[in-house]
Amino acid sequence: MSDYRSSAAAIRALVRDDAVHRDVYLSPALFDLEMERLWRSAWVYIGHDSQVPNVGDFLSVNIARQPLLLLRGSDGVLRVLLNRCAHKGSRLVGASSGNCGRLLRCSYHGWTYTLDGTLRTVPIKSGYADTRFAESEAAKGLTNIEHVANYRGFVFIRLSRSGASFEEYFGDSLSSIDNLADRSPVGRLEVAGAPLRYLHNSNWKMFIENLNDTMHPMVAHESSAGTARQLWKDQPADAPKPMVIEQFLPFVSNYEFFDKMGVKIYDNGHSYTGVNFSIHSSYSAIPEYAAQMAAAYGAERAQAILGESRHNTVYYPSLTVKGAIQTIRVVRPMAVDRTLIESFTLRLVGAPTALLARSATYNRVINSPTSVVGHDDLYCYRAIQEGLAADGNEWVSLHRNYSEREKESGLPGIHNGTSEASMRGQFRAWLAAMTAGETGA
Amino acid sequence: MPTVGDDRQLIEFVQWEARLIDEKRFDEWYDLFADDGRYWMPLTRGQPAGAEHTSLFDEDKLLLKIRIERLRNPNSYSQAQPSWCQHILQMPCIESRDAESGGAVLRTPFMYLEYQQDQQDLYAGVAWHHLKRAGDKIVIALKKIELLNCEAALPSLQLFP
Repeated sequence: MSDYRSSAAAIRALVRDDAVHRDVYLSPALFDLEMERLWRSAWVYIGHDSQVPNVGDFLSVNIARQPLLLLRGSDGVLRVLLNRCAHKGSRLVGASSGNCGRLLRCSYHGWTYTLDGTLRTVPIKSGYADTRFAESEAAKGLTNIEHVANYRGFVFIRLSRSGASFEEYFGDSLSSIDNLADRSPVGRLEVAGAPLRYLHNSNWKMFIENLNDTMHPMVAHESSAGTARQLWKDQPADAPKPMVIEQFLPFVSNYEFFDKMGVKIYDNGHSYTGVNFSIHSSYSAIPEYAAQMAAAYGAERAQAILGESRHNTVYYPSLTVKGAIQTIRVVRPMAVDRTLIESFTLRLVGAPTALLARSATYNRVINSPTSVVGHDDLYCYRAIQEGLAADGNEWVSLHRNYSEREKESGLPGIHNGTSEASMRGQFRAWLAAMTAGETGA
Repeated sequence: MPTVGDDRQLIEFVQWEARLIDEKRFDEWYDLFADDGRYWMPLTRGQPAGAEHTSLFDEDKLLLKIRIERLRNPNSYSQAQPSWCQHILQMPCIESRDAESGGAVLRTPFMYLEYQQDQQDLYAGVAWHHLKRAGDKIVIALKKIELLNCEAALPSLQLFP
């Protein structure tokens, strides 16, 4: 096996314009480097500001192996702190979420910190007289993550000191978050309830690639959505469809449907499918909501917001957004073959409850560890994880709709929906992050 | 209004329901549910009922039917190697009876094992059977499953706790 840590050339050799080497999914050494390079230089989603509305509210999250706290300060400002006592390194907060009051207090020796991370009290401080404590790391308190961006409630961090700014990193792809937030008549979202947490025994990239893979639904989901179609087929065309039928049926649309849907590619690995329409386009209208939106935005603007029907937007590498159905999925890599996917249901503040019920239903039926759609997706990821062990062909093909022209003109822009352009774009971003600042043959 | 059944009938009904799942007699299991029956597994402790709350399962008979038929579909890839399950029930306890409707509620702590290929997953929890009478039959109005680790990161859970 190549020594990827010391050789940028070895990493470069893994990514062709139209294929990737299997090691990107299999090598624990590359996974370590992904955590150190890609996941630290990227803007990674940490949480939604509605999850920490009050002073002292916190979320405890691991990103790129860093124990982090997203915390609402006494001044109302959201901060991200390393969840590590400045004294002996104890994790300060043990719960995954909660409220810590006005101070953080270490469970071991009782050091306390104000909510901006400043060290406030140390028991018997006189013990540190005549020591170098005041100049030490410990006296500085908790480490603040410098680069935090709150975009319409979605909070992202960049762990590395240098790198692209938030706006440079995401560019116009932020329009998908705009569209999601704009669907609230007051432009605000709230996380509703707990996330569905689905453990995948596969590499994180298989999940993120699959979100804009439109060649799999009619195959992998034939057993679930196809069964739903079969059970519904004798109903008259105008029979009102139960919500789950409405949500299942488009998964087994034909290739032409998914191809015409279109995929839009941005720099840095971001993309969305459903440029023209999507599997979410034909849900039945909720008249009360349409009227609310028209009143809030004016008829034309309301129609523009609701006329968007993007399928999945990938905010590479950590977040995927479904604006049209108000769910998001968060990617938390744990090991080279272990990934946690957390799926959140969002409430459109001010909108009728019927929309929340639709989102919650979709999230359960499609994204839950109990989902018959999710079962078949994960089966396929795991099949790749095991199948790639096969020697003889070490390459994963990403050739679909590749042309030399793509190389010359670059990827960003609109492609046909069944193109593998989104995956090629992800690996370009992957390679750039994995080799940034690295020299050597 | 006749009551839904005597104590022994109710307890045996709950045990029978679990056995039908374990033996994959899904059509018979499906028929145990009332037409408006539900199979519900909340995602959080103390979660209120209602479609606006995300659940792990919240199946009406249509969704149960889709699951059952899918298990028979040769293209159900995640079942290429079939899953099997085993319920281990504590003695069901009759929590309440409703003299007016003739219904009854039973509480049954359980362990549930699901096995596929070389992996066996263990779950535990409490099942609540809300039973009622439909003609001369006992039927399930609601089976609510409170999973001990409902908020945990879970692998694929493919059959029916």
